[in-house]
Amino acid sequence: MLNKNKIMHQEKQHLWQNPLIYILAFCSGFCIMGIELLGGRILAPFFGSSVHIWGSIITVFMLSLSLGYLIGGKLSTRDASLNKYGAIFIIAGITILPIALYAQPIMESIFIQIEDSRYGSLLASMCLFFIPTVILGMISPYSVRLLVTDKESSGQTAGILYFTSTLGSALGTIITSFYMVLAFDVNDIVVGFSAVLVSLGLFAIAFNKITKSDLNELEVAIND
Amino acid sequence: MIRLTIILLCLLASISSSVTKAKIIHSERSLYRNIIVDEHKDLRCLKFNVKSNKTSQSCLSKSEPHKLVFNYTKLLFASLLMIDDPKRVLIIGLGGGTMSNTIHQLFPNAKIDNVEIDPAVIDVARNYFGFFENENIRSIVQDGRIFVKRSMLKKQQYDWIILDAFNGDYIPEHLMTKEFYQEVKALLRDDGVLSANTFSESKLFQHESATYHAVFGDFYNVKNLKNSNRIILATKYKLPTAEKISLRANKLVEQLAIFGIDIMSIQRDIKSTKNHKDWSTDTRVLTDQYSPANLLNLK
Repeated sequence: MLNKNKIMHQEKQHLWQNPLIYILAFCSGFCIMGIELLGGRILAPFFGSSVHIWGSIITVFMLSLSLGYLIGGKLSTRDASLNKYGAIFIIAGITILPIALYAQPIMESIFIQIEDSRYGSLLASMCLFFIPTVILGMISPYSVRLLVTDKESSGQTAGILYFTSTLGSALGTIITSFYMVLAFDVNDIVVGFSAVLVSLGLFAIAFNKITKSDLNELEVAIND
Repeated sequence: MIRLTIILLCLLASISSSVTKAKIIHSERSLYRNIIVDEHKDLRCLKFNVKSNKTSQSCLSKSEPHKLVFNYTKLLFASLLMIDDPKRVLIIGLGGGTMSNTIHQLFPNAKIDNVEIDPAVIDVARNYFGFFENENIRSIVQDGRIFVKRSMLKKQQYDWIILDAFNGDYIPEHLMTKEFYQEVKALLRDDGVLSANTFSESKLFQHESATYHAVFGDFYNVKNLKNSNRIILATKYKLPTAEKISLRANKLVEQLAIFGIDIMSIQRDIKSTKNHKDWSTDTRVLTDQYSPANLLNLK
């Protein structure tokens, strides 16, 4: 009886939790590439549209994602929960806001300090995109931690996760560059991404709270 | 002037005159584009990307190197009806260097800054189109927007600014926003003129007009039926009156005729947007925040 309870406890997880994590990972992939693409637009007035602009942006994104994976993986070993997962989204959403709010003065001061537009654009990319992209990078390993239940299927789980988040990236790239820039200001799109990430984070936390109390009731019912 | 003529003569001497079909005499892939120089009969042309005629950036008549070949380069000289002798000229987008060479011949003492993003284009202009540099004529490898911003910090001023970063159907998006035009305006002397070689019939044309109008108020359009480019002439304060324009035209007519420019006929093609606004009032102004410029062109 005690043993059975323990198993039940381990597996208690709502039917919709995994789909939710996939949807969240999809949206984070979408936002990462949407922001990266807008990066070229944001930097162009100060650093031009030459090839080194993309060199700077892609370097910073790759570097921050790699660090994000490392930190996210480490974080997932300590009491991983959907609550903390949601918190990552909320923080990511908040940290991309400065891109819309302070890009202008930040780039202006870098432009004045650094003559060479290669290093200027690299520093500007670091200032604007490093922190939010590190945080967005934490999402992937953390998702793996929440999704994986056994060793056998762990590779497949990771495969599906990469599939959804990278598909999100592909769609984020094309929809932002083909359609959103035609309809909205760059800052509006950035604020939109921020709102989506924060809402998703809040939704994950709310979902956790609701389903947990449901499952507790269920558990109480079974024990009775 | 003499040195320029010598360079052009040497250039001519090196070319065999028996060419009948367009012959490619130089082609390379630069960081930004494919660059092709070809020759057909008397014409040597600079082309970007493809070998079709539509994409010619600049052409040189080998027998009469001083004569301007392209209509739009001739139209650009309508700018001289807006100002008296220019002393400092800024050209963004070099092409074959035709504008710089011609302006130098007209005003040997004028200081000319040519800004070109692609160093390979500068080399081709030097080697194949007789692009001439001396202590007054500089060429700077830089993105036009960055050059303008840096010049603002250095408090530079120009009498004549020419925006020609246009290859027939594409303008870099960060070079056609309200913020960019404001920066360019800040570089203009109070009595200076901005001339832009640009679209005349695409969808983008309306957005572009609205954007210029938002920064400069009413401006002049110069276009004739022969050509699909138009030239925008904008000033910081008031546009010169018709009397002032025709006075300057009369003064310049002979000087410009040497270069194949019929300033009298061009003068008639100048139209103010004051009486003739050919864009709808609700057209969205292009800004650094909203500049899907070349996408709008597709619609």
